Amino acid sequence: MRDVLNHVIFGWYPYLCLTVFILGSWVRFDREQYTWRSGSSQLLRRRQLIWGSNLFHAGILVIFFGHFVGLLTPIAIFDTLGISHGFKQWMAIIIGGLAGIVCFIGLTLLIHRRLFDARIRTTSSFSDIAILLLLYAQLILGLATIPVSMGHLDGHEMVKLMSWAQGVLTLQPNVAALVADVNPLFKLHLFLGMTIFLVFPFTRLVHVWSAPVWYLGRRGYQVVRSRRASAIPGE
Amino acid sequence: MSHLLDRLTFFKRVTGEFSQGHGIVTNEDRRWEDGYRKRWQHDKIVRSTHGANCTGSCSWKIYVKGGIVTWETQQTDYPRTRPELPNHEPRGCSRGASYSWYLYSGNRVKYPLVRSRLLKLWREARANLAPVAAWASIVETPQKRAAYVKKRGLGGFVRADWDDITEIIAAANAYTARTYGPDRVIGFSPIPAMSMVSYAAGARYLSLLGGVCMSFYDWYCDLPPASPMTWGEQTDVPESADWYNSGFLILWGSNVPQTRTPDAHFYTEARYRGAKSVVICPDYSEASKFADMWLSVKQGTDAALAMAMGHVILTEFYVKKQTSYFIDYVRQYTDMPMLVRLVRQDGRLVPERFLRASEIAGGLGETNNPDWKTVAIDAASNELVVPRGSVGFRWGEKGKWNLEEKDSAGQERKLRLTLAGEKQELASVAFPYFGNIEHDHFTGTKHQSILERNVPVRRLKLADGEALVATVYDLFLANYGVDRGFGGANTAQSFDDDVPYTPAWAEVITGVSRDKIIAVAREFALNAEKTRGRSMIIIGAAMNHWFHMDMNYRGVINMLVMCGCVGQSGGGWSHYVGQEKLRPQTGWQPLAFALDWARPPRQQNSTSFWYAHTDQWRYETLSVKEILSPTAPAGPWDGALIDYNVRAERMGWLPSAPQLSTNPLTIAAKAAAKGQDVKDYVAGALKSGEVQLACEDPDDPKNWPRNLFVWRSNLLGSSGKGHEYFLKHLLGTTHGVMGKDLGEDGKQKPSEVKWRDDAPEGKLDLLVTLDFRMSTTCVYSDIVLPTATWYEKNDLNTSDMHPFIHPLTAAVDPVWECRSDWDIYKAIAEKFSHVAPEVLGVEKDVVLTPILHDTPGEIAQAMDVKDWKRGEIEPVPGKTMPQVTVVERDYPNLYKRYTALGPLMQKLGNGGKGMSWNTEHEVDLLKRLNGEIVEEGAAKGLARIETDIEAAEVILTLAPETNGEVAVKAWESLSQATGREHAHLAIPKEDEKIRFRDVVAQPRKIISSPIWSGLESEKVCYNAGYTNVHELIPWRTLTGRQQLYQDHLWMRAFGEGLCVYRPPIDTKTIKPAIDRKPNGHKPVVLNFITPHQKWGIHSTYTDNLLMLTLSRGGPCIWISETDAKKAGIVDNDWVEAFNTNGALVARAVVSQRVKEGMCMMYHAQEKIVNVPGSELTGQRGGIHNSVTRAVLKPTHMIGGYAQQSYGFNYYGTVGSNRDEFVAVRKMDRVDWLDRPTADQPQPVEA
Repeated sequence: MRDVLNHVIFGWYPYLCLTVFILGSWVRFDREQYTWRSGSSQLLRRRQLIWGSNLFHAGILVIFFGHFVGLLTPIAIFDTLGISHGFKQWMAIIIGGLAGIVCFIGLTLLIHRRLFDARIRTTSSFSDIAILLLLYAQLILGLATIPVSMGHLDGHEMVKLMSWAQGVLTLQPNVAALVADVNPLFKLHLFLGMTIFLVFPFTRLVHVWSAPVWYLGRRGYQVVRSRRASAIPGE
Repeated sequence: MSHLLDRLTFFKRVTGEFSQGHGIVTNEDRRWEDGYRKRWQHDKIVRSTHGANCTGSCSWKIYVKGGIVTWETQQTDYPRTRPELPNHEPRGCSRGASYSWYLYSGNRVKYPLVRSRLLKLWREARANLAPVAAWASIVETPQKRAAYVKKRGLGGFVRADWDDITEIIAAANAYTARTYGPDRVIGFSPIPAMSMVSYAAGARYLSLLGGVCMSFYDWYCDLPPASPMTWGEQTDVPESADWYNSGFLILWGSNVPQTRTPDAHFYTEARYRGAKSVVICPDYSEASKFADMWLSVKQGTDAALAMAMGHVILTEFYVKKQTSYFIDYVRQYTDMPMLVRLVRQDGRLVPERFLRASEIAGGLGETNNPDWKTVAIDAASNELVVPRGSVGFRWGEKGKWNLEEKDSAGQERKLRLTLAGEKQELASVAFPYFGNIEHDHFTGTKHQSILERNVPVRRLKLADGEALVATVYDLFLANYGVDRGFGGANTAQSFDDDVPYTPAWAEVITGVSRDKIIAVAREFALNAEKTRGRSMIIIGAAMNHWFHMDMNYRGVINMLVMCGCVGQSGGGWSHYVGQEKLRPQTGWQPLAFALDWARPPRQQNSTSFWYAHTDQWRYETLSVKEILSPTAPAGPWDGALIDYNVRAERMGWLPSAPQLSTNPLTIAAKAAAKGQDVKDYVAGALKSGEVQLACEDPDDPKNWPRNLFVWRSNLLGSSGKGHEYFLKHLLGTTHGVMGKDLGEDGKQKPSEVKWRDDAPEGKLDLLVTLDFRMSTTCVYSDIVLPTATWYEKNDLNTSDMHPFIHPLTAAVDPVWECRSDWDIYKAIAEKFSHVAPEVLGVEKDVVLTPILHDTPGEIAQAMDVKDWKRGEIEPVPGKTMPQVTVVERDYPNLYKRYTALGPLMQKLGNGGKGMSWNTEHEVDLLKRLNGEIVEEGAAKGLARIETDIEAAEVILTLAPETNGEVAVKAWESLSQATGREHAHLAIPKEDEKIRFRDVVAQPRKIISSPIWSGLESEKVCYNAGYTNVHELIPWRTLTGRQQLYQDHLWMRAFGEGLCVYRPPIDTKTIKPAIDRKPNGHKPVVLNFITPHQKWGIHSTYTDNLLMLTLSRGGPCIWISETDAKKAGIVDNDWVEAFNTNGALVARAVVSQRVKEGMCMMYHAQEKIVNVPGSELTGQRGGIHNSVTRAVLKPTHMIGGYAQQSYGFNYYGTVGSNRDEFVAVRKMDRVDWLDRPTADQPQPVEA
C-alpha cells in the first residue's frame, strides 16, 4: 500500500502536474489573454509592497535557479567537472539558505499586507491569497530541510532527489522508488512543489512565463509591426 | 490561430531592418490591438438626457455595447438658431458625462427593498388576515408600529418581490383612505420638466386616489415671490441664447459657468460681441473672472445695493433728465400712473390701497367688477379714467383686457405719471425704514424707523367722502429718497448724502464703494436707453434664499422696469434656478393630475406643510413683531407665524393638507343626512366648530400625514430644510435636534394652533421611496422601489434655458428588477384596485381648494381682509373660505382609470392660465394613435395610456406648445379676453404636431403659446414678458401691469408695499448651542450659505465616484483664510458646523475666494459617502439642512387677491434658509461610527 501510494505521488502525480502546468498555461494564454497578468496591487497601496516584493522576488529567483540547476544538471556533468556531492550540498545549503531567508522576509511582508490591509484584502481573490500561503508553506518546508541535510553532508540523499527529478523528466515513472525512503520533509516539499506546478495556470503565477527578459537581446529601437508579409518602410 | 503557437516563430519574426538596424520590421501577431479598437466600438446610440433638475437639459448620446450602457457623449444635432446668433451646442458637462457609472454601480437599487421588521410583521399578519386588515393590525398596535418606525435610517433592508411589496403599499393606502381620509396619503416629487411622464405616473395615481401632490418650487425657495407679485407669473425668463442679444449683462449672485455650464458659452459669446458684464457676488466665483467689474457685496444686503442703483437711475434718468423711452415704458406697462389712497394713521399719512372705480360716485361707468378696476388721471383732460387691463376687465367681460392706451370706453388716453406740476399740493407721506434694525453680523444705519417725505397729492371726492391720492410714480420716487425739489426731509441732494437709499448710504451696508455703484447703475441705464431695453440681469437662486428675498428681487426688478428692459429682447430678468419650465404644461396637467377623470386635484404647498408636520413651528424663534412694519395699519398682528398660515388656510388663501380633521370620505353623507348641500354643510360646520380644519391641530394623530411617496426626489438628503426635525417628528428616528421647543422654553405659543406638550415622533406609517440609487432618503424609507435610470425609460424633458423639447429613451431595459416609474405606479394602481374593495367602493370625496390664480375666483376680497372665524364675514366657499367640491372616487376601478384617458377631456375641454378650449379633436387623435380600449368596463371606448410612450403622446397631443392646432385654439381663446388678434403667432405652425418619435429623432423647438409670455420664432429669442409688451397682453396682476406697488393689507402691514432694504432676520440659533459641549477648539460664528455646486447637480453625482474623484471626495465647507485662522483651522481639517437645529461635519476648504464672516457649503452633499459622526449629536454627519429650519413669511400667504392668489408652485410660502448662522469648529475626534448601533454614542439630550 505504501509503495503504491509512493508510486502514485512520485511516479504519476508529477505527470499530472506537468501536463496541467503546460496545457493549462497554453489554454489560458490563448483564451484568456486579458487575465494574463501579475495582478499587481501597487496602485492600491505602495506600503510594504516595495520591500516585500523586491525581497521576495530576489530570493525566489535565486532559489528557483538553484533548484533548476541543482536538480536537473546531469550528475555526469558534476562528476566531469569534479564537483563533489558534498561540496555541492554545502553550496545549496548556504546559497539556498540565504536566499530562503531573504525570500521569507519578503513573503512575510507580502502576506501581512495582503491579509491585514483592508483595501488589499477586499480586492484579493481566493487564489491571490492561496498562492501566497502555498509559497509560504513551501518556503518554510524548504528551510526546514536544511537541518535534515546537515545530518548527511555526503550528498547521497541529494543525489536521490536529483536522480528522481531527472528520471521524471526523462519519462521514467519508476524512479518514484528512489525517493521512497527520503526524509518525510523532503517528500512533503516535493509534493507541494509539484502542487504549485498544478495550480500554476490558475493563478497570477502565469506572469512568470512573461518575465520581461526579451528586451535584453532585442534588435532595433523602433519596431514596425507589419501587416504585410515583408514590408520595410521606405522600400 | 493560437497566440502561443504564433509566438513560437521567434526566429522568423523579424522580416527586415531599416535605419542601419536601429529599426526592425516584424510580422508578429497584431490581434491584441483589437482590444483598444473594441474599447470605442458600440452596438447602438440612443438619445436620452439626465432628469437631475438641471436647467442644462442637454440631449446626450447613450452608447450601448453588448446590452450594457458603456458611456455617453454630447448630442450635437439641436435645431439651428438663426443667422448672426450662435448655435446651442455643444451642451453637456462632466456631471452628465459621468452618469452611466450609476447603472451598474454598487449604489444602484436593484431589487424592491423593505425594512425586515416590517416585512416580518406583514407576513405574520397576512397569514390570517386580508391585506387592509393586516396593515391595520400592524399600525394600530403601538409596539409593532414602533418596531420599524424607530429603526428608520439604521439599515435592515431585505429584498422583497414586486407582488408582496405593492400589496403592502396598496393596503396601507386603502387603510389610510378609509380610516383617516385619502388626503393623508402624500406624494412628493419635484420638477415635472425633468421627466414629465415619471412625475405624472405618481401624481396620476395619487390624484385618482384623492391623495395630495406636494409643491416643490416654493419649498426649494427657487420660486421668487416677487415674480407673481410683480407680473402674476410664476417665473418666466429669457432662454440663454437671448443673453447674446444683450448689451449690458449683470450677473447678480448667479454663477453661470459653474451652474449653467452648457449655456455659459452664450455669455462668452455675448462678451465677444461687445456686451459689458458686471458680476455682483460676495465670493470670487467662477463667474467673477468673466466680469469687467466685480462687486463683492456683503451677502444678504443685495436689496440695499439695488435700491442705491435705483436711486442713481431715477435721479439721472427721470429727474435730472427725462428719458422718453423710460417714461413712455413705465406709463404704458407699469402701475406707476395708478392712484393710491393715502390715509392718516398715528398722525401721519401712509399709502393705502389702489383707488378703485367703485369708490367714485357712479363707478366711472363701470358695472362689471368696479372693485377690481384701478384708476388713473388722463394727462390731457385731467379726468379720472379707468385704464384697460386691470383684473376687473379680465373676468366677467370680454375684449377690454389689454394694454392699449385707452380707457374702458375705448377713448385714447395718455395717463399722467406724476401729480407734480402747476398748482401741485404736497403732503408728507410716511415710509417704513428697516435698515436701522440691529444685527450682530450686519451693519445698519441710525435713521428713523419712519421716514417722511414730501409727495405731490390730489384731493378727490369719493362716493363716501374726500380722499387724498398720489400716483405710484410719485410714491415710488419718494421711497427711493430722490430729490425732486419738493423740499422736506429724507431726500438726497447728492449721491454722497447719508440718506436712504443713496450710494453713500449703501456703501456702509453693502461694503461696495459708492463710485462703483454709481458707475454700474449709470452704464446699465445708459445702455438700456440707447438699445431700448437691452440690459439684462441674470440672477440665481442665491438672493432668493434670504428671508426677505422679495426685497432683493424687487430691488432688481425695479431697476429693470425703470429702464424698460422687461419684455425686450436682450433685456430683462433672467432668474435661473431649477428646471421649472414645463413647456407643454397644459397638455401634461390632465395626465398628471387625472383631470380627465375628476377635478379638482389635491395640491399642497410644501413649505407650510413641512413646517407644520415636521413640527418646525414648535421651535419658532422669529416673532411677528420683529418683522412688522412701523407703519402697519391696525389689524390682528398678534400670534405666531403658523397662526398666519392657519388664517390664510381658513380664508381660502393657501391650500391645506390634510384638509379637515374629519375623513373627507364621510362628509358628503353627513351633509346628505342633514339634507344640506355639501358646500353649505362644510361652511356651516366649520363655523359652528362641528368640523375643524386639520391645520389647527397638526399634532393630532388623526391629522398626521400617514403615507408618503417620494419619487424623483431626495427629500431628506437634499431639499428638506430642517432635516433633523424631519427625522425627529415626521420619521420618529434618531436625530440631532439640539434646541428646545416653545413649551420647554416657556415661550409664547401660537394662538390658532393647539399646543400639545408631547410632540409626536414618527407621524408617518409608511415612507415609500422610488429611486435608482440608494440616496439618503432611501436609507430612511420603509420601502425602496428600484426605478429605471434615465437611460432605461421613455420620457420628455424641457428647460427654460433653451426652447427645445427632447426625450429620455430606454437605451437598455431596466436592469435587475427595476421598472420605470410609470410601470411602478401602474403596478401599485392595479394592486390597489384588487385590495381596495375590502374597505372602499365608489366614494364621495369632499375636496377643499384654495382660491386659485388665473381663475374667476381670484378676485375675492377687494378692499379689506375679513376673517369668518372672527365673525367679520360669513364663510362663503371660494370667496372667504376654501372652495368645496364633491369628487367621485371609483376605487375598485382606479387601475382602469389610470390606464385610460378619461371622459372629462371631451366633456370639459382643456385650458390653462384662465383660457380654455375644446379638445375633442385631440382626444380623437389619441384614440387613433394609442388605440381605443375594447375591454368591457369603466374605460371602454377611451384612449389607451398603457405605456410611458402612450403617456408622452397624451402630453404632446394636448399641449399647445407641441400641437400647432391647439396653439391656434389657445391664442384664439386669449383673443376673446383681450379683444386683439393673436392667432397670427401660431398659424404658421398650425399643422405641426410634435410626436414622441419626432423628438427621439431630433430635439424640436416648441410652438409659441399664450401659456407663456415669450415667443419662439425666427425673429426673436424666447424672452419673458415679450407678448405683454409687443402684443399688449396684460400681466396677470391687479392693475394688469407690472405692479411695483403691492397694496394688499398684509403687504402694507409688513412694510413691503414698496421695495425697501431689510436686513437678514435673526434666527437666534447660536447662543443656546455654542457652549453646549466644548471640545477644546474655538468656534467661529459664520453665516451659512448653501450655493449650487460644481461636482453635482443637487445631490445627484455627489455619490458618484467619478465626480467624487474630481472634488474632495466627501462633504466640505468653504471658509475664508481669516476665519480659519481665528478658529485654528487649516485646509482639509474635519470641522463641525452647528446651531440649535443640529450639526454637520465636513472638511474645511480654506480659501481666499470666500468673504470673511460667511461659509459656503455646497448644498446636497448627502451623508452616505465619507461622512463621519458628529461630536455633538452622535449621529452620522448631518447634511447641509441639519443646521437649517424653515421660517415662513406672512406676506407669502396672501390669497384671493388677483396675482396674489394661490397657484401650485406659483405663490405661497417659500423655504428660505440663508439668514442662518452656524458655529464652526475643528473636530477633536473623527469617529466613523463603524460599530453596531448599540455601541455608538447617544445624542446629547435636548
